[in-house]
Amino acid sequence: MNHPSSQPAAGPVVRKSVVVAAPLAVTFEVFTSQIESWWPMASHHIGDADCSAVVIEPRAGGRWYERGVDGVECVWGRVLVWDAPRRVVLLWQLSAQFRFDPAIHTEVDVRFVAVDAQTTRVELEHRGLEAYGADAVAMHQAFSSPTGWNGMLEHFAQVAGRARASTSTP
Amino acid sequence: MNPHLVDADARRFAALGDPTRLQVFALISRSPLSVTEVAAQLPVSRPAVSQHLKVLADAGLVQVESVGTRNLYRPDPDGVATLRDFIDSLWDVGLARFKLQAEKVARQRAAAERKTRGTR
Repeated sequence: MNHPSSQPAAGPVVRKSVVVAAPLAVTFEVFTSQIESWWPMASHHIGDADCSAVVIEPRAGGRWYERGVDGVECVWGRVLVWDAPRRVVLLWQLSAQFRFDPAIHTEVDVRFVAVDAQTTRVELEHRGLEAYGADAVAMHQAFSSPTGWNGMLEHFAQVAGRARASTSTP
Repeated sequence: MNPHLVDADARRFAALGDPTRLQVFALISRSPLSVTEVAAQLPVSRPAVSQHLKVLADAGLVQVESVGTRNLYRPDPDGVATLRDFIDSLWDVGLARFKLQAEKVARQRAAAERKTRGTR
């Protein structure tokens, strides 16, 4: 397949994998069509209004956006590869401040592997993070703000306390 | 747009979110380069490249190393690691929540299936 993600990753990359006690089809469906049910929405949406849904259009070239309760749509990026239920590659164009920025080009590559009929391993790679290089100072400053990343990471820690042990970094 | 955010953050982003600067950073992320080498690959003058590299260096993102008569620029691993670590935490939490939700949906589906079979 000829697409940008076929290039080897240069620069910083995040890799994660998680084993889910759910069939392959369900796992893929929850990841791609029920994002709002698991994404830490409270602090991670980009519109002014509360987010009612995060939509991934199920095709290569499809849009990836959030819809606020006010009906306003905010773009997160788009779909680079759609290979249901095995793989999806998303272009993630959110800045360090969670705003759409066409200059930001990072990729989230997610593979779904059936371990058995009731178990699926999800392998996630978020690459191209050097695109955040120029945001580093802004992020450092935001880290020290109570409403910035620090507050968000605290929120994360609370949420993750319940389930963090079940994720692993290969 | 949230006006409170736009006020302070947008100014920072105006200074830091420069597409050319991102290109400069992407180039030196692939291999250490001199100002001249970066300028040769972008439609940007050498002084402009120097200025971009200075901003990146002030942000703790770029290191300079003297090799013979050349100054080579490369990413500062500490500055870049902070960003990587943030995204790393983001996915730790995101995937932990995802796992809980997918397993909940799977249990609901299985229960619904059992019920359907049972009433037949």
